[in-house]
Formats: sequence, C-alpha cells, structure tokens
Amino acid sequence: MKDERPILEIRNLRRTFGEQQVLKGVNLKVPRGQITVIIGGSGCGKSVLLKHIIGLLKPDEGSILLDGKDLVTMEPEPLKEARMRFGMLFQDAALFDSMNVYENIAFPVREHRKMKEGDLANLVKEKLLQVGLPNTEIKYPSELSGGMRKRVGLARAIVLNPEIILYDEPTTGLDPIMSHAIDDLIVATQKALNGTTIIISHDIRATVRIANKVAMLHHGAIVAEGTPEEMMRHANPVVREFLESGITKVPTSAR
Amino acid sequence: MVTYSLVEFGGFVTTLVGGLRALFQKPFRANLILKEMESIGVNSTIIIMLTGSFTGAVLALQSGKAFRLFNAEGLTGAVVALSLLRELGPVMTALMVAARCGSAMAAHIGTMRVTQQIDALEVMAVNPISYLISPRIIAGFVMVPLLSIVFNILGILGAYLISIHLLEINEATFFDKIQAYVKTEDLWNGFMKAACFGVIISVVGCRKGFLTEGGAEGVGKATTDAVVIASVTILVSDYFLTALMF
Repeated sequence: MKDERPILEIRNLRRTFGEQQVLKGVNLKVPRGQITVIIGGSGCGKSVLLKHIIGLLKPDEGSILLDGKDLVTMEPEPLKEARMRFGMLFQDAALFDSMNVYENIAFPVREHRKMKEGDLANLVKEKLLQVGLPNTEIKYPSELSGGMRKRVGLARAIVLNPEIILYDEPTTGLDPIMSHAIDDLIVATQKALNGTTIIISHDIRATVRIANKVAMLHHGAIVAEGTPEEMMRHANPVVREFLESGITKVPTSAR
Repeated sequence: MVTYSLVEFGGFVTTLVGGLRALFQKPFRANLILKEMESIGVNSTIIIMLTGSFTGAVLALQSGKAFRLFNAEGLTGAVVALSLLRELGPVMTALMVAARCGSAMAAHIGTMRVTQQIDALEVMAVNPISYLISPRIIAGFVMVPLLSIVFNILGILGAYLISIHLLEINEATFFDKIQAYVKTEDLWNGFMKAACFGVIISVVGCRKGFLTEGGAEGVGKATTDAVVIASVTILVSDYFLTALMF
C-alpha cells in the first residue's frame, strides 16, 4: 500500500539574518514519491529554505520533520544518518575540483560504504551511464561544460541511492536544450530511484512540465501550493502572474 | 582593535580544539595526513634548503668579519649554529612555510567554501573539519620541525663553506667551538618552537579559508590574511616561547 504520509514536513520555519527576516514562518508538506518544486523570485529565500532542509543552516524557530523526526533538534550522529537519506545537486554542481569524475562519484561510497574497488568502478560506470555521460571517468571538473558538471553532480548525489534528492536551481545557466535534457534526467532519476524529489527553481517552464506539486515561496512564506494546473488558475494574482510570465518568456518551440 | 584580536584569537583556539577533537573521530584519515605532509614538508624541502644555506652563509660572513676585528673569528661556527638552532632555523622555516603553504591552505579551503564544496561535504555527511583541517594541523605539527632541521643542517653547511674557504677559519676550531657552546637542549627547544609554529600556520590558514565569503575577492583576502596573521603570530609567539624556554 502506498504511504500517504508526507516524507518531509516543514512547520513554521523562521530565520533572520541581521535585520532581515528571510523566512517568515514557512509551512510545507512534501509528498512521498513525488516531484515537488518550490518556486519563487530571486531573493525570496528559496536557497535559504533548501539549506535548512539539508541542515546546513539552523532556523531561529520551527521544525523540519523527516518521517516525523525533527532534523533541527537532532543529535549529530542521528543527523548524519538522516543526511545519508538525502542526495543533493548544487547549483554549480560543487564537484571537488582536485578530484576527477571517477573520484568525485566514488567519494560518498568510499566515505560510507565498504566496497571492493572493482565493484565501485562498476557502480560509477553505471551511474555515469544513468546520467548520460559514459566514459568520462578520468576527466577533471575543469574540463567539463556546465551541463556535464551538473550530470556528474547528479551521479554523485544518487550514487548511494538516496530516498530524497534535492536540486538547487538545476537548469540555471544552461541553454534551453540542455535545460530540457536535465529536466528529463530529473524525471528519469525520480523513476529509477523511486524516491522523492524536491527542486528549488525559478524555471517555470520546467516546473509546469515535470512537477507533481508546486509551492510558491514569496516574501519568506509559502503563499500557494497545488498541482501545476491548480497554480495556473490560482486566486492569488501574484501566483498567476509569476507562472504566466515564466511561460510566455520562453518560445513554444523550446518546450 | 584589542577586542577584535581577542575574538580572532578565540576563533583560532576553537579551530585548533575542533581540529584535534575531530582527529579522534572515525574514520582516521591517514592517507590525507600523509598527503598534507607531502604538500607541507616534502614539497617545501628545496626552498628550505636554499634559504637555509644562504642564511647560514650570510650569517657566517657577517659575524666572521665582525669577530675578526677582535681576533675571535674562531667563534663564528658556534654563533651561527646557536642562532640557527635557537632562532633562525625555526622562525625562518616557519615564515617560509607560512608563505608557501599557509597561503595555499587558505586559498584551497576558501575556494572550496565559495564554490559550495564544503557544503557538499556536509551534505554527504562528511565532517569538513576532520576532512580538511585535522590532517593539516597534524602535518604542520610534524613537518615544520623536520624542515627546521633541514634548514639548520644546510645553514651550518653554508656557514662552514664560507668560514673555511672564504674567511679561512681553522676547520678544527670551527667545529670545536660548535661542540663547546651548542647544547642538545638548544636543538630540542628549537624543535619544539618549530612544532608550535607549524600548528599556528595550519590553524590560521585553515580557519581563514574555512570562513571565506565573497567569491574570488574573498579568497584573495583570506589568503593575504592567512600569511600576515600567521607571520605576525609566529614572531610574537617566538618571543614568549623563547622567554619561557631559555
């Protein structure tokens, strides 16, 4: 039977930096096994929210429940265990530039699993194939294009088969064709891992195409949530305007 | 200014304690420690040999000529050896390593910070302190004293060549005076000083890199700060260590 409980629930999350209150009480439920996209304009606190979800920042107030357990108050050891359930693709991939592609992807495995070098090589090969970049093991991140770096970043994020994958602006800085390819890859990865996907994005076109659930963050709070279709017809004009502006800006041929 | 310095000092102590504590957490990163030892120690050997030999040579040249004024040039070897073992060996080695490796640490870790590589480590449930900082502290602690010994040996060799061949000091007198005046504890104290300096270089370089913010400019600032703060701290702490030891 399908588990209907949300895998991740954010309750009343607040965070202030200096004078500026960036998160003003975020409430959000992330459904299990689906693609949830959090949209919002630049500077609305999207990245800050993501950093809270993954535990890089601690909130002033509020809780983040992963299967009912609060990540905010968790002790270091269980938090480490909880983090193993996440995989994250950073905006610029954040590959270790002192390591080649193989070592980058092998890194989390070497840190957390005992695996023979031969099996590891096969695993890396398999993951590279999964992201559509076979035979690039010996290349260094500096030799790769933006889109290729993202793919390697994704291969590294999914190498331990995480339950939840977070994407921080996965298509920012990529051309429309590469963006499209990355979107497809996100969907394919979601299906392959059968996990939960959370995407932070301001790419409306992609959002409408791949999301099961959309939540809009505006001025530090979730102002609307629903399926892409519901969001397009939302009563709040700010939401409609944001979605429509994103779609009309992109030529239909690129969709 | 005083408050700022105290806060900075407190920060460095926190980094040191955190780095040492992380050393006892699993996994023990022996290969990273060895890699850092290579970077700090092995790769600095040539530059330390070069600076060491010329420092010794110029010391011999200056002191030999001065001593000749009152017919005491036989003491040149002893003076050079004492200066090197007690002061110049550890201090010059530390300053060279601060410039060469302290800056590299700040730049490397700082770049990792601004390109989110440190965040990536945390997300992958890897403690960035045990991965990036602890191995460098240990490597500094072990390698700077060893480098200072290389510096001392080459310094005395440089002094020997200048004294015997240029200043025409008697070879037997040269070594005899060194034996008469230099004690084992001079060697040990210099060794301990160098170990302290090694820790200072790593802690300052790592902390400055770790707290970098503001892109490429931030990395540049962290690098400069690391070298300046490490160098000043080495010279200031040298006074206090000397006052304590000798």
